[in-house]
Amino acid sequence: MTRGARGAGATDVIVIGAGHSGLAMSAFLSAHSVDHVVLERGEVANSWRHERWDSLRLLTPNWQSRLPDYCYEGADPDGFMTMPEVIGFITRYAGFIGAPVRTGTTVRSVRQEAAGFRVATDRREWCCRAVVMANGAHGIAHVPALASALPGSVRSLTAKEYRRPGQLDEGGVLVVGASATGVQLAEELRACGREVTLAVGEHIRMPRVYRGRDVQWWLNAAGILDQRFDEVDDLVRARRIPSPQLAGSCGRSSLDLNALTDRGVNIVGRLVGIGDGRAQFSGTLRNECTMADLKQARMLDAFDALARRSGFAAPLDEPMRFAPTRVPEMPRLVLDFERERIRTVIWATGFRPDFSWLQAPVFDPKGRLRHHGGIVAPGLYVLGLNFMRRRKSSFIHGAEDDVRELGAHLLGSVRDPRAVVHLKANAAVFRPGV
Amino acid sequence: MKMTTPVDNGVNVEALLGARKALTDAPEAAQFKWRATCSWVNGTHSRSSVSSFYGLGSEQAHKTEFKYDADHPAIFASEDKGATPVEYVLVGLASCLTAGIAAVAQNRKIQLRSVKATLEAGMDLAGILGIDSEVRNGFNGIKVTFEIDADATRDEINALVAQSQRRSAVFDIVTNPTNVTVEVK
Repeated sequence: MTRGARGAGATDVIVIGAGHSGLAMSAFLSAHSVDHVVLERGEVANSWRHERWDSLRLLTPNWQSRLPDYCYEGADPDGFMTMPEVIGFITRYAGFIGAPVRTGTTVRSVRQEAAGFRVATDRREWCCRAVVMANGAHGIAHVPALASALPGSVRSLTAKEYRRPGQLDEGGVLVVGASATGVQLAEELRACGREVTLAVGEHIRMPRVYRGRDVQWWLNAAGILDQRFDEVDDLVRARRIPSPQLAGSCGRSSLDLNALTDRGVNIVGRLVGIGDGRAQFSGTLRNECTMADLKQARMLDAFDALARRSGFAAPLDEPMRFAPTRVPEMPRLVLDFERERIRTVIWATGFRPDFSWLQAPVFDPKGRLRHHGGIVAPGLYVLGLNFMRRRKSSFIHGAEDDVRELGAHLLGSVRDPRAVVHLKANAAVFRPGV
Repeated sequence: MKMTTPVDNGVNVEALLGARKALTDAPEAAQFKWRATCSWVNGTHSRSSVSSFYGLGSEQAHKTEFKYDADHPAIFASEDKGATPVEYVLVGLASCLTAGIAAVAQNRKIQLRSVKATLEAGMDLAGILGIDSEVRNGFNGIKVTFEIDADATRDEINALVAQSQRRSAVFDIVTNPTNVTVEVK
């Protein structure tokens, strides 16, 4: 390693974030003898340590938890890792690959220079030929603008701030969003005796187990997890599909809206307005549930067709179909926070990656990072975003294929100086149009 | 499903998909304004008309001006010279969903033979008459029933109807709040 100008450190590649993606890229770079440093604002697996609720388990079974040359080797391949287990899994991987991680180093800015990039941190600056942004897809918990109209008596929490039921004030809870996060928090709070209302918009219904196999086994066998970003009809939509209603914390049982209704959770439509101390919900609930039921049925049809074609070695249970989602005859459209003693709103309304420190013209008019399968520009890469290169890109087991392909591209731009392209002049070239 | 002739529901899907692509790249052209005028005739009878609208960056016009009489039936002590305004809401919802079904079916290569929608909306007059302040003025629910004959399975038809709701402007207007500003000039 050489010393750059003004005491800046110099290396070939800076990887931002020591989670599973950044570490997998580090392993790739080490294997190809590329000098690099992994900058981590906290500790290895930091967001798993500090930005998740206590009871959370991975949505993917243990057999699926793998990174390059590294996999789960415990006694329960069908189980789901707790957060301490995930932290241990990733931390052991960092040691296994000998990743050059600089912990406690927060990136302040990344900008392009003549020969590459300059990365400013709260410790020192770095000059490098390439940057890999592996800081994750969940940097910012999205809260819709209408949250600002909440009455002062109601406490607002994001899914990143929520830890456990006891953290909430007494009283009822409105959980906004019925993807994996929302259904899990609604279930946990209801199990503690809270009155829970769940606002439901577009959602993906999925059984935990079908014909005796975990749904992830089916998705894997059907090749759905391996679908590539350049072979889907509508990539923008595919990247926005909400996470399915799955949980790893409920044994192997499903956590769909019927399961929540059985437990006494009140199901209402999408939250569309707050005013005069009241929340207003959309009248679209029935259609959202119909769509989710139809999509689930099509998925199960595809699984059954796959089973007929493939003749899997191990026997499967008989095909079956799940009961349609039960929607109240007249779902509630209005909820009065005061009258119903709702003291907390939890926003389970999705996450956005945080690239606020990236000073380059690589964002679309809505502020989203432009990238082509993770390639922002030669020398600038991102990892771990939803359906970035494949449907599995945001999963732990999705890192391996993405890192191999993006790593190969990165090697080309680091080793060939002519490959460095100035973003300002060429920003339009890298539109993620496919 | 075996087709001997190409699917034709009278919908130009290529043009719609082309418009989607073009308007993605030119968001300002996607800004439309819809208009109507209404003049009081007598009693509860009024006559509305639509002719111009704005879109694709300029003023546009229908081929002809369309006129609509609205009134209330005799049991409301009116002269029944047209549909009631709330019935026009049902007309708008039905025609929007039906147009959506045709477009989605064309895009999914499903030949339609007939589509019929029947709508019914409940209303408690205690609301508009001010008898009970707990009762809203508007509908307490709308029930839409489709009868569809098409070259498709039951689930495919259900999916058509579901997707047409997801893409329908009037369905959105009816199910979600809208700011309404009423001024006097």
